[in-house]
Amino acid sequence: MIGTSVKSQQEIVSNIGLLPKEFTPGNYVDGWTNFDLSFGRFFLNSAMVSLLTVVGNAVSCLLAAYAFARLRFRLRGMWFAIMIGTLLLPGHVLIVPQYILFRSLGLVGGEWPYLPLLIPQFLATEAFFVFLMVQFMRGIPRELDEAAKIDGASAFGIFRHVILPLSRPALVTTAIFSFIWTWNDFFRQLVFLSSLEDYTVPVALTLFIDSTSQSAVGPMFAMSVLSLLPVFLFFLAFQRMLVEGINTSGLKG
Amino acid sequence: MALTTVPDPTRRGTGSARARHGAGGRIRQSEGLAGYVFLSPWLVGLMAITAIPMLLSLYLSFTNYDILTPFSEVEWVGLANYERMFTSDPSYWHAVRVTLTFALVAVPLKLAAALGVALLLNRAWRGVGLFRSLFYLPSLLGGSVALAIVWVNMFNRDGAFNSMLALFGIEGKPWVNDPDWALETLMVLAIWQFGAPMVIFLAGLKQVPTELYEAASVDGAGRWRQFRAVTLPMLSPVIFFNLVLETINGFQGFTAAFVLSNGTGGPVDSTLMYTLNLYIKGFTDLEMGYASAMAWVFLIAIGVITAVFFSTGRFWVHYSDGEDR
Repeated sequence: MIGTSVKSQQEIVSNIGLLPKEFTPGNYVDGWTNFDLSFGRFFLNSAMVSLLTVVGNAVSCLLAAYAFARLRFRLRGMWFAIMIGTLLLPGHVLIVPQYILFRSLGLVGGEWPYLPLLIPQFLATEAFFVFLMVQFMRGIPRELDEAAKIDGASAFGIFRHVILPLSRPALVTTAIFSFIWTWNDFFRQLVFLSSLEDYTVPVALTLFIDSTSQSAVGPMFAMSVLSLLPVFLFFLAFQRMLVEGINTSGLKG
Repeated sequence: MALTTVPDPTRRGTGSARARHGAGGRIRQSEGLAGYVFLSPWLVGLMAITAIPMLLSLYLSFTNYDILTPFSEVEWVGLANYERMFTSDPSYWHAVRVTLTFALVAVPLKLAAALGVALLLNRAWRGVGLFRSLFYLPSLLGGSVALAIVWVNMFNRDGAFNSMLALFGIEGKPWVNDPDWALETLMVLAIWQFGAPMVIFLAGLKQVPTELYEAASVDGAGRWRQFRAVTLPMLSPVIFFNLVLETINGFQGFTAAFVLSNGTGGPVDSTLMYTLNLYIKGFTDLEMGYASAMAWVFLIAIGVITAVFFSTGRFWVHYSDGEDR
Protein backbone atom coordinates (compact mmCIF):
# COMPACT_ATOMS: atom_id res chain seq x y z
CA MET A 1 0.00 0.00 0.00
CA ILE A 2 2.75 2.38 0.91
CA GLY A 3 4.53 1.07 -2.16
CA THR A 4 1.64 2.00 -4.39
CA SER A 5 1.40 5.41 -2.85
CA VAL A 6 4.80 6.38 -4.19
CA LYS A 7 4.38 4.85 -7.63
CA SER A 8 3.82 6.97 -10.64
CA GLN A 9 0.46 6.67 -12.35
CA GLN A 10 1.96 4.65 -15.14
CA GLU A 11 3.63 2.27 -12.77
CA ILE A 12 0.50 1.57 -10.73
CA VAL A 13 -0.96 -0.13 -13.76
CA SER A 14 2.17 -1.74 -15.15
CA ASN A 15 4.26 -2.69 -12.14
CA ILE A 16 2.65 -5.34 -9.99
CA GLY A 17 5.53 -5.61 -7.55
CA LEU A 18 5.30 -4.21 -4.07
CA LEU A 19 8.10 -1.72 -4.48
CA PRO A 20 8.15 1.03 -7.05
CA LYS A 21 10.95 1.11 -9.59
CA GLU A 22 11.04 4.80 -9.24
CA PHE A 23 10.23 6.70 -6.09
CA THR A 24 7.66 9.40 -6.82
CA PRO A 25 6.37 11.36 -3.85
CA GLY A 26 4.12 13.30 -6.19
CA ASN A 27 1.02 11.40 -5.12
CA TYR A 28 1.27 12.90 -1.67
CA VAL A 29 1.41 16.38 -3.13
CA ASP A 30 -1.45 15.63 -5.53
CA GLY A 31 -3.58 14.02 -2.85
CA TRP A 32 -2.96 16.85 -0.43
CA THR A 33 -4.17 19.40 -2.96
CA ASN A 34 -6.61 17.25 -4.91
CA PHE A 35 -9.71 19.17 -3.84
CA ASP A 36 -10.50 22.82 -3.57
CA LEU A 37 -9.25 22.54 -0.02
CA SER A 38 -5.97 21.23 1.25
CA PHE A 39 -6.22 17.79 2.81
CA GLY A 40 -4.62 19.33 5.88
CA ARG A 41 -7.96 20.93 6.62
CA PHE A 42 -9.56 17.49 6.90
CA PHE A 43 -6.81 16.34 9.20
CA LEU A 44 -7.32 19.36 11.43
CA ASN A 45 -11.06 18.69 11.52
CA SER A 46 -10.53 15.06 12.41
CA ALA A 47 -7.94 15.87 15.05
CA MET A 48 -10.25 18.38 16.68
CA VAL A 49 -13.24 16.04 16.72
CA SER A 50 -11.15 13.16 18.03
CA LEU A 51 -9.40 15.09 20.76
CA LEU A 52 -12.59 16.72 22.02
CA THR A 53 -14.26 13.31 21.99
CA VAL A 54 -11.44 11.98 24.15
CA VAL A 55 -11.98 14.76 26.67
CA GLY A 56 -15.74 14.31 26.63
CA ASN A 57 -15.63 10.56 27.10
CA ALA A 58 -12.97 10.66 29.78
CA VAL A 59 -14.76 13.22 31.91
CA SER A 60 -18.37 12.17 31.53
CA CYS A 61 -17.80 8.42 31.66
CA LEU A 62 -15.58 8.74 34.72
CA LEU A 63 -18.27 10.65 36.59
CA ALA A 64 -20.95 8.11 35.71
CA ALA A 65 -18.68 5.18 36.49
CA TYR A 66 -17.86 6.56 39.93
CA ALA A 67 -21.54 6.82 40.72
CA PHE A 68 -22.20 3.26 39.56
CA ALA A 69 -19.15 1.73 41.20
CA ARG A 70 -19.07 3.50 44.52
CA LEU A 71 -22.12 5.49 45.48
CA ARG A 72 -25.36 4.08 46.80
CA PHE A 73 -28.51 5.74 45.63
CA ARG A 74 -32.03 4.77 44.82
CA LEU A 75 -32.65 2.82 41.62
CA ARG A 76 -28.96 2.32 41.03
CA GLY A 77 -29.48 -1.28 39.98
CA MET A 78 -32.08 -0.22 37.45
CA TRP A 79 -29.94 2.53 35.96
CA PHE A 80 -27.01 0.18 35.76
CA ALA A 81 -29.08 -2.39 33.90
CA ILE A 82 -30.24 0.31 31.49
CA MET A 83 -26.65 1.40 30.95
CA ILE A 84 -25.68 -2.17 30.07
CA GLY A 85 -28.71 -2.33 27.81
CA THR A 86 -27.55 0.69 25.82
CA LEU A 87 -24.30 -1.17 25.27
CA LEU A 88 -26.17 -3.50 22.95
CA LEU A 89 -28.02 -0.74 21.15
CA PRO A 90 -26.70 -0.35 17.60
CA GLY A 91 -25.88 3.21 16.61
CA HIS A 92 -27.76 2.80 13.36
CA VAL A 93 -31.05 2.56 15.20
CA LEU A 94 -30.73 6.01 16.70
CA ILE A 95 -29.17 7.81 13.80
CA VAL A 96 -32.37 8.91 12.05
CA PRO A 97 -34.08 10.44 15.09
CA GLN A 98 -30.82 11.91 16.36
CA TYR A 99 -30.32 13.52 13.00
CA ILE A 100 -33.82 14.97 13.09
CA LEU A 101 -33.30 16.15 16.65
CA PHE A 102 -29.99 17.89 16.00
CA ARG A 103 -31.29 19.28 12.75
CA SER A 104 -34.35 20.79 14.36
CA LEU A 105 -32.05 22.40 16.93
CA GLY A 106 -30.17 23.96 14.02
CA LEU A 107 -27.00 22.09 14.87
CA VAL A 108 -26.56 20.14 11.64
CA GLY A 109 -24.43 22.21 9.33
CA GLY A 110 -24.79 25.03 11.81
CA GLU A 111 -22.23 27.45 13.13
CA TRP A 112 -20.24 24.65 14.60
CA PRO A 113 -21.14 21.50 12.67
CA TYR A 114 -19.32 19.16 15.04
CA LEU A 115 -21.75 19.60 17.91
CA PRO A 116 -23.92 16.62 16.87
CA LEU A 117 -20.78 14.50 16.95
CA LEU A 118 -19.50 15.89 20.24
CA ILE A 119 -22.54 16.46 22.45
CA PRO A 120 -23.25 12.73 22.87
CA GLN A 121 -19.64 12.14 23.87
CA PHE A 122 -19.87 14.71 26.64
CA LEU A 123 -22.98 12.98 27.98
CA ALA A 124 -21.39 9.60 28.60
CA THR A 125 -23.38 7.85 25.90
CA GLU A 126 -20.43 5.59 25.13
CA ALA A 127 -21.58 2.94 27.57
CA PHE A 128 -18.59 0.78 26.90
CA PHE A 129 -16.27 3.22 28.59
CA VAL A 130 -18.59 3.62 31.55
CA PHE A 131 -18.66 -0.15 31.92
CA LEU A 132 -14.88 -0.38 31.56
CA MET A 133 -14.34 2.18 34.29
CA VAL A 134 -16.92 0.62 36.58
CA GLN A 135 -15.10 -2.68 36.28
CA PHE A 136 -11.83 -0.95 36.96
CA MET A 137 -13.05 0.98 39.99
CA ARG A 138 -14.46 -2.13 41.55
CA GLY A 139 -10.83 -3.22 41.80
CA ILE A 140 -9.83 -0.20 43.86
CA PRO A 141 -9.86 -1.23 47.53
CA ARG A 142 -12.90 0.05 49.33
CA GLU A 143 -10.84 0.58 52.46
CA LEU A 144 -9.40 3.68 50.81
CA ASP A 145 -12.91 5.15 50.50
CA GLU A 146 -13.70 4.23 54.06
CA ALA A 147 -10.49 5.78 55.35
CA ALA A 148 -11.17 8.99 53.46
CA LYS A 149 -14.73 8.98 54.74
CA ILE A 150 -13.53 8.68 58.31
CA ASP A 151 -11.24 11.61 57.63
CA GLY A 152 -14.35 13.53 56.77
CA ALA A 153 -14.20 13.45 52.99
CA SER A 154 -17.44 13.85 51.08
CA ALA A 155 -18.35 11.82 48.01
CA PHE A 156 -16.76 14.57 45.95
CA GLY A 157 -13.65 14.54 48.08
CA ILE A 158 -13.29 10.78 47.70
CA PHE A 159 -13.75 11.10 43.98
CA ARG A 160 -11.21 13.89 43.74
CA HIS A 161 -8.52 12.51 46.03
CA VAL A 162 -8.93 8.74 45.91
CA ILE A 163 -10.69 7.55 42.78
CA LEU A 164 -9.49 10.09 40.24
CA PRO A 165 -5.75 9.61 40.79
CA LEU A 166 -6.10 5.84 40.96
CA SER A 167 -8.19 5.64 37.81
CA ARG A 168 -5.45 6.81 35.52
CA PRO A 169 -4.93 3.45 33.77
CA ALA A 170 -8.63 3.21 32.95
CA LEU A 171 -8.65 6.82 31.79
CA VAL A 172 -5.69 6.24 29.52
CA THR A 173 -7.28 3.14 28.00
CA THR A 174 -10.48 5.09 27.42
CA ALA A 175 -8.57 7.96 25.87
CA ILE A 176 -6.66 5.74 23.46
CA PHE A 177 -9.66 3.78 22.27
CA SER A 178 -11.80 6.88 22.17
CA PHE A 179 -9.30 8.58 19.89
CA ILE A 180 -8.80 5.64 17.57
CA TRP A 181 -12.50 4.85 17.23
CA THR A 182 -13.43 8.43 16.53
CA TRP A 183 -10.58 8.84 14.08
CA ASN A 184 -11.80 5.76 12.22
CA ASP A 185 -15.50 6.41 12.61
CA PHE A 186 -17.29 6.98 9.36
CA PHE A 187 -21.03 6.49 9.74
CA ARG A 188 -21.83 9.36 12.07
CA GLN A 189 -19.43 11.73 10.39
CA LEU A 190 -20.92 10.88 7.02
CA VAL A 191 -24.41 11.60 8.25
CA PHE A 192 -23.75 14.79 10.18
CA LEU A 193 -21.17 16.62 8.07
CA SER A 194 -22.50 18.13 4.91
CA SER A 195 -20.15 20.77 3.57
CA LEU A 196 -16.71 20.14 2.20
CA GLU A 197 -14.78 22.38 4.53
CA ASP A 198 -16.21 20.56 7.56
CA TYR A 199 -15.33 17.08 6.32
CA THR A 200 -13.20 14.83 8.45
CA VAL A 201 -10.57 12.54 6.98
CA PRO A 202 -12.75 9.43 6.48
CA VAL A 203 -15.50 11.38 4.77
CA ALA A 204 -12.96 13.22 2.63
CA LEU A 205 -11.38 9.93 1.57
CA THR A 206 -14.65 8.80 0.05
CA LEU A 207 -14.45 11.80 -2.28
CA PHE A 208 -11.67 9.94 -4.04
CA ILE A 209 -14.01 7.05 -4.73
CA ASP A 210 -16.49 9.39 -6.31
CA SER A 211 -13.89 10.25 -8.87
CA THR A 212 -12.86 6.72 -9.69
CA SER A 213 -10.88 7.87 -12.65
CA GLN A 214 -7.65 5.95 -12.67
CA SER A 215 -5.62 9.10 -12.16
CA ALA A 216 -6.79 9.41 -8.56
CA VAL A 217 -5.61 6.01 -7.39
CA GLY A 218 -2.12 7.15 -6.46
CA PRO A 219 -3.25 10.20 -4.48
CA MET A 220 -6.03 8.15 -2.91
CA PHE A 221 -3.51 5.62 -1.65
CA ALA A 222 -1.22 8.37 -0.46
CA MET A 223 -3.95 9.99 1.61
CA SER A 224 -5.12 6.60 2.91
CA VAL A 225 -1.61 5.97 4.16
CA LEU A 226 -1.52 9.33 5.88
CA SER A 227 -4.92 8.80 7.45
CA LEU A 228 -3.82 5.54 9.04
CA LEU A 229 -0.68 7.14 10.41
CA PRO A 230 -2.11 8.58 13.65
CA VAL A 231 -3.74 5.27 14.55
CA PHE A 232 -0.57 3.44 13.71
CA LEU A 233 1.54 5.75 15.85
CA PHE A 234 -0.90 5.40 18.72
CA PHE A 235 -0.67 1.68 18.30
CA LEU A 236 3.11 1.68 18.42
CA ALA A 237 3.17 3.90 21.46
CA PHE A 238 0.50 2.09 23.42
CA GLN A 239 0.42 -1.43 22.05
CA ARG A 240 1.09 -3.07 25.40
CA MET A 241 -1.67 -1.07 26.99
CA LEU A 242 -4.08 -1.67 24.12
CA VAL A 243 -3.68 -5.42 24.29
CA GLU A 244 -3.99 -5.35 28.07
CA GLY A 245 -6.92 -3.01 27.87
CA ILE A 246 -8.80 -5.32 25.59
CA ASN A 247 -7.84 -8.27 27.74
CA THR A 248 -9.22 -6.87 30.94
CA SER A 249 -12.33 -5.38 29.51
CA GLY A 250 -13.22 -7.20 26.35
CA LEU A 251 -13.11 -3.94 24.46
CA LYS A 252 -13.69 -4.16 20.78
CA GLY A 253 -11.16 -2.98 18.25
CA MET B 1 -33.12 -10.23 28.00
CA ALA B 2 -29.37 -10.11 28.31
CA LEU B 3 -29.48 -8.03 31.40
CA THR B 4 -29.73 -10.72 34.00
CA THR B 5 -26.47 -12.31 33.00
CA VAL B 6 -24.34 -9.26 33.61
CA PRO B 7 -22.57 -9.08 36.93
CA ASP B 8 -24.42 -6.55 38.97
CA PRO B 9 -22.24 -4.40 41.19
CA THR B 10 -25.17 -3.60 43.42
CA ARG B 11 -25.27 -7.20 44.56
CA ARG B 12 -21.74 -7.01 45.78
CA GLY B 13 -20.96 -5.73 49.19
CA THR B 14 -24.61 -5.54 50.22
CA GLY B 15 -23.43 -6.49 53.66
CA SER B 16 -21.24 -3.48 54.11
CA ALA B 17 -23.93 -1.31 52.61
CA ARG B 18 -26.35 -2.50 55.22
CA ALA B 19 -23.81 -1.74 57.91
CA ARG B 20 -23.48 1.76 56.59
CA HIS B 21 -27.21 2.23 56.43
CA GLY B 22 -27.23 1.41 60.07
CA ALA B 23 -24.60 4.03 60.75
CA GLY B 24 -27.00 6.77 59.93
CA GLY B 25 -29.52 7.81 57.36
CA ARG B 26 -27.88 11.14 56.76
CA ILE B 27 -24.75 9.72 55.17
CA ARG B 28 -26.87 7.57 52.94
CA GLN B 29 -29.00 10.49 51.95
CA SER B 30 -26.11 12.76 51.02
CA GLU B 31 -24.53 9.89 49.13
CA GLY B 32 -27.74 9.36 47.26
CA LEU B 33 -27.75 12.99 46.21
CA ALA B 34 -24.09 12.82 45.23
CA GLY B 35 -24.85 9.69 43.24
CA TYR B 36 -27.36 11.53 41.11
CA VAL B 37 -25.06 14.53 40.73
CA PHE B 38 -22.28 12.32 39.40
CA LEU B 39 -24.73 10.44 37.25
CA SER B 40 -26.35 13.55 35.81
CA PRO B 41 -24.36 13.82 32.53
CA TRP B 42 -25.14 10.21 31.79
CA LEU B 43 -28.78 10.64 32.74
CA VAL B 44 -29.16 13.67 30.49
CA GLY B 45 -27.44 11.74 27.71
CA LEU B 46 -29.70 8.75 28.24
CA MET B 47 -32.80 10.91 27.97
CA ALA B 48 -31.76 13.32 25.23
CA ILE B 49 -29.54 11.16 23.05
CA THR B 50 -31.03 7.73 23.55
CA ALA B 51 -34.50 7.49 25.08
CA ILE B 52 -36.27 10.41 23.42
CA PRO B 53 -34.78 9.66 19.98
CA MET B 54 -35.90 6.07 20.38
CA LEU B 55 -39.46 7.12 21.14
CA LEU B 56 -39.32 9.63 18.31
CA SER B 57 -38.12 6.97 15.92
CA LEU B 58 -40.88 4.63 17.04
CA TYR B 59 -43.42 7.36 16.34
CA LEU B 60 -41.85 8.23 13.01
CA SER B 61 -41.93 4.63 11.92
CA PHE B 62 -45.71 5.00 11.70
CA THR B 63 -45.48 8.14 9.58
CA ASN B 64 -44.32 9.18 6.15
CA TYR B 65 -41.86 11.73 7.53
CA ASP B 66 -39.35 12.93 4.94
CA ILE B 67 -37.54 15.76 6.81
CA LEU B 68 -38.63 18.34 4.26
CA THR B 69 -42.21 18.69 5.40
CA PRO B 70 -42.70 20.33 8.80
CA PHE B 71 -43.67 18.16 11.74
CA SER B 72 -47.18 19.55 11.87
CA GLU B 73 -47.97 18.14 8.46
CA VAL B 74 -46.55 14.69 9.07
CA GLU B 75 -49.03 12.06 8.11
CA TRP B 76 -49.77 9.08 10.30
CA VAL B 77 -49.72 6.05 8.04
CA GLY B 78 -50.18 3.31 10.60
CA LEU B 79 -48.46 0.09 9.74
CA ALA B 80 -47.93 1.01 6.10
CA ASN B 81 -44.14 1.25 6.45
CA TYR B 82 -43.94 -2.16 8.03
CA GLU B 83 -46.31 -3.60 5.49
CA ARG B 84 -44.25 -2.22 2.65
CA MET B 85 -41.08 -3.56 4.20
CA PHE B 86 -42.36 -7.08 4.55
CA THR B 87 -44.50 -7.39 1.46
CA SER B 88 -43.69 -4.96 -1.32
CA ASP B 89 -40.06 -3.90 -1.01
CA PRO B 90 -37.81 -6.50 -2.62
CA SER B 91 -34.70 -4.50 -1.73
CA TYR B 92 -35.55 -4.94 1.94
CA TRP B 93 -35.57 -8.72 1.87
CA HIS B 94 -32.57 -8.69 -0.37
CA ALA B 95 -30.64 -6.65 2.20
CA VAL B 96 -31.76 -9.04 4.95
CA ARG B 97 -30.45 -11.97 2.92
CA VAL B 98 -27.14 -10.23 2.20
CA THR B 99 -26.67 -9.37 5.87
CA LEU B 100 -27.58 -12.85 7.08
CA THR B 101 -25.25 -14.46 4.55
CA PHE B 102 -22.48 -12.15 5.59
CA ALA B 103 -22.95 -12.81 9.30
CA LEU B 104 -23.45 -16.56 8.95
CA VAL B 105 -20.26 -17.02 6.97
CA ALA B 106 -17.95 -14.32 8.25
CA VAL B 107 -18.63 -14.57 11.99
CA PRO B 108 -17.90 -18.30 12.47
CA LEU B 109 -14.82 -18.14 10.24
CA LYS B 110 -13.56 -15.08 12.01
CA LEU B 111 -14.00 -16.71 15.40
CA ALA B 112 -12.33 -19.90 14.19
CA ALA B 113 -9.38 -17.91 12.90
CA ALA B 114 -9.22 -15.96 16.14
CA LEU B 115 -9.27 -19.11 18.25
CA GLY B 116 -6.74 -20.92 16.06
CA VAL B 117 -4.24 -18.10 16.13
CA ALA B 118 -4.84 -17.54 19.84
CA LEU B 119 -3.95 -21.20 20.49
CA LEU B 120 -0.74 -20.76 18.53
CA LEU B 121 0.17 -17.54 20.26
CA ASN B 122 -0.63 -18.89 23.70
CA ARG B 123 2.64 -20.78 23.77
CA ALA B 124 5.74 -19.04 24.95
CA TRP B 125 8.17 -18.57 22.11
CA ARG B 126 10.43 -15.81 21.01
CA GLY B 127 8.74 -12.93 19.34
CA VAL B 128 5.24 -14.03 20.34
CA GLY B 129 4.46 -10.52 21.56
CA LEU B 130 5.27 -9.04 18.20
CA PHE B 131 2.94 -11.46 16.46
CA ARG B 132 0.17 -10.69 18.90
CA SER B 133 0.47 -7.03 18.02
CA LEU B 134 0.69 -7.72 14.30
CA PHE B 135 -2.47 -9.78 14.32
CA TYR B 136 -4.26 -7.21 16.42
CA LEU B 137 -3.44 -4.20 14.25
CA PRO B 138 -5.91 -4.91 11.40
CA SER B 139 -8.68 -5.10 13.97
CA LEU B 140 -7.78 -1.71 15.30
CA LEU B 141 -7.92 -0.18 11.85
CA GLY B 142 -11.16 -2.14 11.52
CA GLY B 143 -13.90 0.09 10.25
CA SER B 144 -11.66 2.70 8.70
CA VAL B 145 -12.35 4.00 5.25
CA ALA B 146 -8.66 3.90 4.35
CA LEU B 147 -8.42 0.17 4.97
CA ALA B 148 -11.54 -0.50 2.92
CA ILE B 149 -10.14 1.59 0.07
CA VAL B 150 -6.93 -0.37 0.08
CA TRP B 151 -8.85 -3.62 0.23
CA VAL B 152 -11.08 -2.71 -2.68
CA ASN B 153 -8.06 -1.79 -4.75
CA MET B 154 -6.32 -5.02 -3.86
CA PHE B 155 -9.23 -6.98 -5.27
CA ASN B 156 -9.68 -4.86 -8.36
CA ARG B 157 -9.08 -6.23 -11.81
CA ASP B 158 -5.55 -4.79 -11.74
CA GLY B 159 -5.17 -5.27 -8.00
CA ALA B 160 -2.44 -7.00 -6.07
CA PHE B 161 -4.51 -10.13 -5.55
CA ASN B 162 -4.91 -10.80 -9.24
CA SER B 163 -1.25 -10.04 -9.83
CA MET B 164 -0.44 -12.71 -7.28
CA LEU B 165 -2.76 -15.18 -8.97
CA ALA B 166 -1.11 -14.35 -12.25
CA LEU B 167 2.20 -15.52 -10.85
CA PHE B 168 0.64 -18.96 -10.55
CA GLY B 169 -0.85 -18.69 -13.98
CA ILE B 170 -4.37 -18.24 -12.68
CA GLU B 171 -6.48 -15.64 -14.35
CA GLY B 172 -8.21 -13.43 -11.85
CA LYS B 173 -11.46 -11.57 -12.12
CA PRO B 174 -12.61 -8.11 -11.08
CA TRP B 175 -13.67 -9.46 -7.70
CA VAL B 176 -15.21 -6.31 -6.30
CA ASN B 177 -17.15 -5.62 -9.49
CA ASP B 178 -18.46 -9.13 -9.81
CA PRO B 179 -21.86 -9.49 -8.12
CA ASP B 180 -21.02 -13.10 -7.32
CA TRP B 181 -17.83 -12.20 -5.50
CA ALA B 182 -18.17 -8.69 -4.06
CA LEU B 183 -19.74 -9.87 -0.82
CA GLU B 184 -17.13 -12.60 -0.45
CA THR B 185 -14.45 -9.95 -0.72
CA LEU B 186 -16.06 -8.11 2.16
CA MET B 187 -16.22 -11.34 4.14
CA VAL B 188 -12.51 -11.95 3.69
CA LEU B 189 -11.84 -8.41 4.88
CA ALA B 190 -13.99 -8.98 7.97
CA ILE B 191 -12.38 -12.33 8.75
CA TRP B 192 -8.93 -10.84 8.41
CA GLN B 193 -9.78 -8.48 11.25
CA PHE B 194 -9.90 -11.27 13.79
CA GLY B 195 -7.49 -9.52 16.16
CA ALA B 196 -9.98 -8.28 18.75
CA PRO B 197 -11.65 -11.63 19.48
CA MET B 198 -8.21 -13.23 19.32
CA VAL B 199 -6.91 -11.07 22.15
CA ILE B 200 -9.99 -11.94 24.19
CA PHE B 201 -9.43 -15.64 23.50
CA LEU B 202 -5.82 -15.27 24.62
CA ALA B 203 -6.99 -13.78 27.89
CA GLY B 204 -9.38 -16.69 28.30
CA LEU B 205 -6.73 -19.30 27.54
CA LYS B 206 -4.54 -17.86 30.27
CA GLN B 207 -7.29 -18.61 32.77
CA VAL B 208 -7.37 -22.34 32.08
CA PRO B 209 -5.54 -24.06 34.96
CA THR B 210 -2.57 -26.08 33.72
CA GLU B 211 -3.41 -28.84 36.21
CA LEU B 212 -6.36 -29.75 34.04
CA TYR B 213 -4.08 -30.43 31.09
CA GLU B 214 -1.69 -32.37 33.30
CA ALA B 215 -4.52 -34.47 34.66
CA ALA B 216 -5.82 -35.04 31.14
CA SER B 217 -2.47 -36.15 29.81
CA VAL B 218 -2.01 -38.48 32.81
CA ASP B 219 -5.30 -40.02 31.79
CA GLY B 220 -3.80 -40.53 28.35
CA ALA B 221 -5.65 -37.82 26.47
CA GLY B 222 -3.96 -36.65 23.28
CA ARG B 223 -3.76 -33.11 21.99
CA TRP B 224 -7.10 -33.17 20.22
CA ARG B 225 -8.85 -34.81 23.13
CA GLN B 226 -7.37 -32.24 25.51
CA PHE B 227 -8.59 -29.47 23.27
CA ARG B 228 -12.09 -30.88 23.16
CA ALA B 229 -12.40 -31.97 26.78
CA VAL B 230 -10.49 -29.19 28.53
CA THR B 231 -9.91 -26.14 26.36
CA LEU B 232 -13.31 -25.84 24.71
CA PRO B 233 -15.45 -26.18 27.84
CA MET B 234 -13.17 -23.97 29.89
CA LEU B 235 -13.20 -21.39 27.14
CA SER B 236 -16.92 -21.56 26.48
CA PRO B 237 -17.80 -18.34 28.35
CA VAL B 238 -15.26 -16.45 26.28
CA ILE B 239 -16.42 -18.11 23.07
CA PHE B 240 -19.93 -17.12 23.99
CA PHE B 241 -18.94 -13.53 24.69
CA ASN B 242 -17.09 -13.26 21.37
CA LEU B 243 -19.92 -14.92 19.49
CA VAL B 244 -22.51 -12.46 20.76
CA LEU B 245 -20.32 -9.43 20.17
CA GLU B 246 -19.14 -10.46 16.73
CA THR B 247 -22.63 -11.40 15.57
CA ILE B 248 -23.98 -8.01 16.60
CA ASN B 249 -20.97 -6.41 14.93
CA GLY B 250 -21.43 -8.49 11.81
CA PHE B 251 -24.99 -7.29 11.39
CA GLN B 252 -23.82 -3.71 11.55
CA GLY B 253 -21.18 -3.84 8.82
CA PHE B 254 -21.38 -0.56 6.98
CA THR B 255 -18.12 1.17 6.11
CA ALA B 256 -16.58 -1.49 3.90
CA ALA B 257 -19.83 -2.06 2.01
CA PHE B 258 -20.25 1.67 1.55
CA VAL B 259 -16.74 2.14 0.24
CA LEU B 260 -16.80 -0.89 -2.02
CA SER B 261 -20.02 0.13 -3.68
CA ASN B 262 -19.57 3.88 -3.43
CA GLY B 263 -22.64 4.01 -1.24
CA THR B 264 -24.96 2.12 -3.55
CA GLY B 265 -24.78 -1.45 -2.28
CA GLY B 266 -23.74 -2.57 -5.74
CA PRO B 267 -22.68 -4.28 -7.91
CA VAL B 268 -26.29 -5.34 -8.52
CA ASP B 269 -27.12 -4.89 -4.82
CA SER B 270 -24.74 -7.70 -3.89
CA THR B 271 -23.30 -5.73 -0.95
CA LEU B 272 -26.53 -4.04 0.15
CA MET B 273 -26.07 -4.60 3.87
CA TYR B 274 -29.01 -3.83 6.13
CA THR B 275 -27.44 -0.71 7.59
CA LEU B 276 -26.40 0.54 4.19
CA ASN B 277 -29.94 0.05 2.95
CA LEU B 278 -31.18 1.96 5.98
CA TYR B 279 -28.77 4.80 5.25
CA ILE B 280 -29.84 4.98 1.61
CA LYS B 281 -33.54 4.99 2.50
CA GLY B 282 -33.14 7.56 5.25
CA PHE B 283 -30.48 9.93 4.00
CA THR B 284 -30.45 9.53 0.23
CA ASP B 285 -34.14 8.94 -0.47
CA LEU B 286 -35.13 10.96 2.62
CA GLU B 287 -37.77 8.42 3.57
CA MET B 288 -37.09 8.85 7.25
CA GLY B 289 -40.33 7.31 8.43
CA TYR B 290 -39.59 4.17 6.48
CA ALA B 291 -35.96 4.16 7.65
CA SER B 292 -37.19 4.42 11.25
CA ALA B 293 -39.37 1.39 10.76
CA MET B 294 -36.36 -0.47 9.37
CA ALA B 295 -34.32 0.58 12.39
CA TRP B 296 -36.93 -0.77 14.77
CA VAL B 297 -37.15 -4.11 13.04
CA PHE B 298 -33.34 -4.22 13.15
CA LEU B 299 -33.33 -3.51 16.86
CA ILE B 300 -35.93 -6.17 17.56
CA ALA B 301 -34.08 -8.68 15.40
CA ILE B 302 -30.84 -8.09 17.28
CA GLY B 303 -32.69 -8.36 20.56
CA VAL B 304 -34.25 -11.66 19.52
CA ILE B 305 -30.94 -13.06 18.30
CA THR B 306 -29.20 -12.05 21.52
CA ALA B 307 -31.99 -13.62 23.52
CA VAL B 308 -31.70 -16.83 21.52
CA PHE B 309 -27.97 -16.88 22.16
CA PHE B 310 -28.45 -16.44 25.86
CA SER B 311 -31.18 -19.05 26.14
CA THR B 312 -29.23 -21.66 24.16
CA GLY B 313 -26.01 -20.62 25.88
CA ARG B 314 -26.95 -22.39 29.08
CA PHE B 315 -26.63 -25.73 27.28
CA TRP B 316 -23.03 -25.27 26.25
CA VAL B 317 -21.51 -22.47 28.26
CA HIS B 318 -19.78 -23.68 31.40
CA TYR B 319 -18.81 -21.45 34.23
CA SER B 320 -16.11 -23.06 36.29
CA ASP B 321 -17.31 -21.47 39.51
CA GLY B 322 -20.69 -23.05 38.99
CA GLU B 323 -22.30 -19.66 39.22
CA ASP B 324 -24.83 -18.65 36.62
CA ARG B 325 -23.26 -15.40 35.62
